[in-house]
Amino acid sequence: MLETNGHPNRLGLVGWLGGGRWGAERYLYTLHRLTGLGLLAYFLLHIVVTSSRALGPAAWQAAMGRVSGPIFVAGEFLVFVAFAFHGLNGIRLVLVELGWAIGKPIEPVYPYRTSVDEQRPLAIAVMVLAGLLIVAGGLDFFVLH
Amino acid sequence: MRDQALWTWHVLAGLVIAVLLGLHMTIMHLDVIVGVFNPADPHPIEWGNVVARARQGFFLVSYVVLLGAALFHGLYGLRNILFELGLGTGAKKGVSALLTVGGVALFVFGAWAAWAASALARAL
Repeated sequence: MLETNGHPNRLGLVGWLGGGRWGAERYLYTLHRLTGLGLLAYFLLHIVVTSSRALGPAAWQAAMGRVSGPIFVAGEFLVFVAFAFHGLNGIRLVLVELGWAIGKPIEPVYPYRTSVDEQRPLAIAVMVLAGLLIVAGGLDFFVLH
Repeated sequence: MRDQALWTWHVLAGLVIAVLLGLHMTIMHLDVIVGVFNPADPHPIEWGNVVARARQGFFLVSYVVLLGAALFHGLYGLRNILFELGLGTGAKKGVSALLTVGGVALFVFGAWAAWAASALARAL
């Protein structure tokens, strides 16, 4: 076990910035956390704003009027992007945690192989799916409306 | 043991969110491409569509379940991030208490809003 000398997370937030030997998945980890925090901040406000529907059409339309315009549309699209990434990457994390798509255990014979390489196709597939969903959302937000 | 149970709930809540928030995003933001549950008007936030959805028991239940799952998933995730920054025992207890009280208060408020909107829509 890693010796932490009473400091279990010595890098703190700085550790989010570098992938190091963990590679691309470490940046997915950082993005997962950033998008999660963004979605949480939006969600807390969303609860308050959308509760106005309980007060009738005038209150609802007034609330929607306060959050309309191009800046809010762009912000909502960012929320959609965060949702697409966080949701699909979260499904990848669940699959990996359950031991799927990480390969079978092998003897540690030189040259050593890392299980990160076994996970990479899943990460790529998930990011392609997220990209397709984001493109569909972008079309709906900015082109078809 | 307790943290393991909370983590399991965190993962299960994430799967519930993937389904229900996926449906919500499809209704609200893929409305032109997919076009479901918006019978009154092309735009999903028009009052007629809000009322049409609020009249359906499915949406009342799914909103409350999504509200609870998302609050737990999000606030537990925030708690984990804060704990990793090396908080002391007292600060950890304070953060847990604050997030629990805030989460329960928002759940009660959001569930009331969903129920009241449903009752209003049925009365119209």
